[in-house]
Amino acid sequence: MANSALFAHSLQDWIGIGPLWVWAAVSAVVILYAIALPFAGIATYVERKVSADMQDRFGPNRVGPFGILQFIADFVKMLAKQDFIPQGADRILFSLAPILVLAGACAAFAVLPLSKYFLGADMNIGILYALAVTTLIAPGLLLGSWASQNKWSLLGGLRAAAQIISYEIPVALSIFPAILISGTLQIGQIVETQGWVWSAQAGTDYHFWNAFHNPFCFLAMFLLFVGGLAETNRIPFDLPEAESELVSGFSTEFSGMRFGLYALAEFVDIFVMSSIVVALYLGGWQLPFINIDQLSDSIPTLLVAFIQLGCFLVKVFMLVFVVMWLRWTLPRLRVDQLMAACWKGLVPLALVNLLGTAVWMWAFNGRSIAQLVLGPMVN
Amino acid sequence: MTIYHFKYLSCAGREVETGFIAAFWFLLISALTVPLLLGVGALFRPKQKKVGHSSIAYECGELPVGSAWVRFNVRFYVVAIIFIIFDVELAALFPCLVLYKDAVISGNAALIFCEIFLFVGLLLAGLVYCWVHGDLEWVKGLAIKSGKNG
Repeated sequence: MANSALFAHSLQDWIGIGPLWVWAAVSAVVILYAIALPFAGIATYVERKVSADMQDRFGPNRVGPFGILQFIADFVKMLAKQDFIPQGADRILFSLAPILVLAGACAAFAVLPLSKYFLGADMNIGILYALAVTTLIAPGLLLGSWASQNKWSLLGGLRAAAQIISYEIPVALSIFPAILISGTLQIGQIVETQGWVWSAQAGTDYHFWNAFHNPFCFLAMFLLFVGGLAETNRIPFDLPEAESELVSGFSTEFSGMRFGLYALAEFVDIFVMSSIVVALYLGGWQLPFINIDQLSDSIPTLLVAFIQLGCFLVKVFMLVFVVMWLRWTLPRLRVDQLMAACWKGLVPLALVNLLGTAVWMWAFNGRSIAQLVLGPMVN
Repeated sequence: MTIYHFKYLSCAGREVETGFIAAFWFLLISALTVPLLLGVGALFRPKQKKVGHSSIAYECGELPVGSAWVRFNVRFYVVAIIFIIFDVELAALFPCLVLYKDAVISGNAALIFCEIFLFVGLLLAGLVYCWVHGDLEWVKGLAIKSGKNG
């Protein structure tokens, strides 16, 4: 287990038999059905509870203690609803849309660094892959809305497409500073370079999370988060499903389990967006102020894996909470304001930010603020 | 920093990283989740009722007038074109970015820096051109009419 970073390798080493592709499939099933989809289900409950708290009401409190089983009840209800396809709709595209949306959101889980020993697929083009598959959501929403034969849906879908492709640019541009300072696209390696090293012994160097590497990275983290909010159609960027203007936007005609899949995909997408921020700028699985790798000789690897998983999930849940918090804090933007915020605000800022990081790297020979302040590079 | 130990497995004479196989499974399994859940529901859900207007698209209770598939002004047509240009340029930027750190540490970053600077500078110039030209306005026609921009 010690050498293998991929979950599939760990499983194969542990069980000892079976071809690797089978274990790759098993790892995909475990990560999707034990982490991604349950998280999305529970997040629907948590969002309702958080909303209720912020509006000084109870929220779901009937099913189970504190209403915690509400999401299971909702799931069963949605399964039992009739499978509604509106009259005159394009049935094939209408059925295809949830597949594209859910696949786009869930497939990005392959490269999320849940823990050093719990990676689905730590490819050498990890971030590029994550960017690519999450873009599948845009054509999915557009197809579904067009196929529903509903004018509200069509408008919502077009807004979603315009918004998601526009905000793709600032998101990509604010991922770039992290690539610049770590020199790799492999998310596992990017996280590994952010481990806590804070002693000036020979051969070591000061290391901390990328967000604190230089001021430009700190800004890039916020730009990435704002761009991610728009990518996931969350308030204040929820124009595609603005309920006061477009009934329910792209999901108007989707009901029952199909709507449930849209809702699941939305929360999975929020998880993916938050995880990318955490992995690139907030240290991923690394604990603050403790280097878990130095302790791994004295504690079992399995425990280390679970500590790292817990650390990663706590960070991600904090960001997901911020997303829910923003929902009850900010008003919705207007369409032209939305596009202006992207093309006239975030894009120029992110471009300048990228140049700034490049200049910083060149000027200070790749050193972070801590390395500059606390001493010279030893190696 | 640990170097990852990738195991390779041979697949029709080619070596494929395990990661790509796992990523393929992730895509396949997440796509199959949709038919799986809908199939489970099909075992006990009622059939779609087609009574009266119940299966007509919902437009706030009014009966829909005409088809939803009409021609209309896609506002973001120009934005979509700008997006494609930006996205291609960003994709072309990835290799420079990956190589930059090593180049900086070994002291010959000038070439890659110039390349990044040129790329980003061209993108910024293009953005400024579109901005001045008014292509970034969501309601460009209105802006021209009111003499604001154009």
